[in-house]
Amino acid sequence: MITGTAGQQVKKVRLVPTFSSRDTLMAAQAPQWFYAMRHAAAQRYNQLGLPTSRHEDWRFTNIASIRETAFELPTSVDSGLVAAKQVESVGILGLDGPRLVFVNGRFDSNLSSLGTMPKGVEVLSLAQAFTSRQALLEKHLGTLAGVQDQAFTALNTALADDGVVVFVSKGCSAVQPIYILNITVADKPLMTNSRNLIVVEANAAATVIEDYASPREDVYLTNAVTEVVVGDNADVTHYLIERESHKAFNVSSLYVRQGRDSRFTSHSILFGGAIVRNNIYPVLDGQGCDSLLNGLYVIGGDQIADSHMRVEHTKPHCDSRQFYKGIMTDRASGVFRGRIVVRQDAQKTDAKQSNENLLLSDDASANTDPQLEIYADDVKCTHGATIGQIDEDQVFFLRSRGIPKQTAQALIVYAFASESLERMEVEPVRGFLRSQLLDRLPAGAVLKRLL
Amino acid sequence: MTTMDTQQAIEQLASRKYKEGWVTDIESESLPPGLNEDVVRAISGKKNEPAWLTEWRLKAYRHWTTMTQPTWPFLPYGYGPIDYQGVSYYSAPKQDKDQLKSLDEVDPKLLETYAKLGIPLEEQKMLAGVAVDAVFDSVSVATTFKGKLAELGIVFCSFSEAVQSHPELIQKYLGSVVPYSDNFFATLNSAVFSDGSFVYVPKGVRCPMELSTYFRINAANTGQFERTLIVADEGAYVSYLEGCTAPMRDENQLHAAVVELVALKDSRIKYSTIQNWYPGDENGRGGIYNFVTKRAACRGEDSHVSWTQVETGSAITWKYPSVILQGDRSVGEFYSVALTNNMQQADTGTKMIHIGKNTKSTIISKGISAGRGHNTYRGEVKVLRKADNARNYTQCDSMLIGDKCGAHTFPYIDVKNPTAHVEHEATTSKIGEDQLFYCKQRGINEEDAVSLIVNGFCKQVFSELPMEFAVEANKLLSVSLEGSVG
Repeated sequence: MITGTAGQQVKKVRLVPTFSSRDTLMAAQAPQWFYAMRHAAAQRYNQLGLPTSRHEDWRFTNIASIRETAFELPTSVDSGLVAAKQVESVGILGLDGPRLVFVNGRFDSNLSSLGTMPKGVEVLSLAQAFTSRQALLEKHLGTLAGVQDQAFTALNTALADDGVVVFVSKGCSAVQPIYILNITVADKPLMTNSRNLIVVEANAAATVIEDYASPREDVYLTNAVTEVVVGDNADVTHYLIERESHKAFNVSSLYVRQGRDSRFTSHSILFGGAIVRNNIYPVLDGQGCDSLLNGLYVIGGDQIADSHMRVEHTKPHCDSRQFYKGIMTDRASGVFRGRIVVRQDAQKTDAKQSNENLLLSDDASANTDPQLEIYADDVKCTHGATIGQIDEDQVFFLRSRGIPKQTAQALIVYAFASESLERMEVEPVRGFLRSQLLDRLPAGAVLKRLL
Repeated sequence: MTTMDTQQAIEQLASRKYKEGWVTDIESESLPPGLNEDVVRAISGKKNEPAWLTEWRLKAYRHWTTMTQPTWPFLPYGYGPIDYQGVSYYSAPKQDKDQLKSLDEVDPKLLETYAKLGIPLEEQKMLAGVAVDAVFDSVSVATTFKGKLAELGIVFCSFSEAVQSHPELIQKYLGSVVPYSDNFFATLNSAVFSDGSFVYVPKGVRCPMELSTYFRINAANTGQFERTLIVADEGAYVSYLEGCTAPMRDENQLHAAVVELVALKDSRIKYSTIQNWYPGDENGRGGIYNFVTKRAACRGEDSHVSWTQVETGSAITWKYPSVILQGDRSVGEFYSVALTNNMQQADTGTKMIHIGKNTKSTIISKGISAGRGHNTYRGEVKVLRKADNARNYTQCDSMLIGDKCGAHTFPYIDVKNPTAHVEHEATTSKIGEDQLFYCKQRGINEEDAVSLIVNGFCKQVFSELPMEFAVEANKLLSVSLEGSVG
């Protein structure tokens, strides 16, 4: 539990390269190596500074509004900020597993319900893990999320002070999905740096759902980093659900290393946020891995949703799939950059990548850069990208069967998007997102009645 | 094929000589190495250029001094630093000051050079209907079929000649597609370009023969900076070919050319390149740095530009023939085969910028990597806000031969209009075992089978080449691939 920071003076973090390391926030129990790590990260951040659109990886995502906002760091846990009733109304219902609620980046034990864990499964906050699970943290924390060239990851490493640690021992299964609900309410611009670590040992399984929501239209920045270690023949599914305030910024980075014959699935649903950057970097580091990255972004207004992926095949006989779909309306801008890297040893790789986009208005835009970087010869790699609008022939087909134009269009858009939702296995999440999706579509209400 | 055979085959490849690697021993007149305003003035002076052009060159030079060499291409082996002061910016075969009146006056050694390359300069020997402009180091040495073309009002001559005879056209179009400040190498070219070809096809004229330029770098320590400008007036049609070779040398030579195409209303330009600069030896020593800026502007409605390129040479190829689709209903096409073997690196592709309504573009790119070569497709499809109903189809396929090479694909798609329809597909694979098996089982040996499969892989592009070039491209590809199969 994070304690002992109350009463500390509020410091403003203006995200400029002059920002200096803040070691003070972490509770006293954090060990020396952790301080060293965050110190190095802070130094690296100071060298890097926040990226601009001159950086190749940020060409289409202008984060000037993030750079120019003076964010504060959260100080103490104020359990009065969010009431239990609010959590019920904001959160996804119907999930039976453990629920961890974070308010302004801090674990709130009153709102959370961990229940009894199955054998071999541990779920605890990062601060708790420092006391009870230090060796595990020292072994894994920061090993996947390199700070060398990612300014936001460096910033997170330098500032992270809470998050979730999930540990599943050999051959055990978490059975129920672990639900992490992040709620932020900020009167003044606030920046949270959650740091999650998921370690699933050999032959074990877990599903983790990261859900970001805001009950109000506040300005804040969520800068989250999650590291996932997938053991041999283990099975891990990760959900990222972004449905924050249209004034909020979110940079989520997911780093994954897969062991032999393991399976990893990532689902990213980006609905909210003013600027959302979704980084996913899996390394298929054992033979026979399977990796599925599934994503959907449905945005409007002036929203920007940027999905950035780098799937690295280092060993033979691995399969990876990336399926990303985007629907943009108003002046929204959808960005997709996915790279498949196949190292020299990774023969017999089978990698696919696809990004499909629907533009629903004159001012919406889509940028897509599907990339292949291949050093092995016996591989099958394909990528495809499309950008288009609603197919008039399909609308005509439906209208000729008596469905009004607007409903027909909504139906086609819904069908386009629902393919991404169908890949999700946790039914309460799928149902929840389906209903959220319909709320976002014009004529969605009519569809809701139809479906 | 057994490992033993493969080994032998690879050794054979290593010992294979670059056919065009000899040097012509000819007296040449060069400027001393180095680059400054005086050199720029000297080049301009040698060509007796009008003041505005000298000024334009100087403007480019001054801008160039403020620029830094870009580092963004994907080149796993990197590229050596280029000593811009160590290069001679002008080299010409020595000849009498007076303008040559006929081919008889051309130095016989030069004619021999081109005969050796298989480029027929002597009109009487011409069987195929191809008009040739031959550029040797920095200057154009001969242009054939000029008279016949002039009857139709077509201007086809060396760039320096055009500056003298058609200054108004040069002034109007030079730098209008690739401005002098465009990029590091284009700016350098704008300052020091020595010669190149100029083509103007007047209104409604269909050029009756293929126009062709043959570039050859001969002298050591020189860079070649040619500039090509092609203008097709309303309703005109022209097909233009370009070929290049260079001697084998241990140091890297820079080739920084600029090609500008202007297509007015209803016109059509077809531009084909077979690039076979010296690629360096098997250890990546020597070879040409081929850093070229090629761009076309479809200015008028219904204009049409197509680029076809076969890139088998050069240590590094770094170029993106692009089309700016300004006119409504204009069409841009790009067909490319790029082959990298040994330590060759290529970062090539295209840009299609859709500005006008109902514009269409097609990109077909075939990359083949063998040996330790790295082949990168990099392309951009941009649909601007006003480009209603823009349509793009992109297909880039890569083939890997051997396990030490790399194939990379970096497309950028940027769409700002909802009525646009953009599709991109890419695949990477090695030569299909079953295809090979099928051929071998029918008595075709492995090498021929590979050649057959590769040719099939490239067919979509080769079919776009004019007949004479298609044959050459086929041969070139099989020679370049020789023995790289295992």
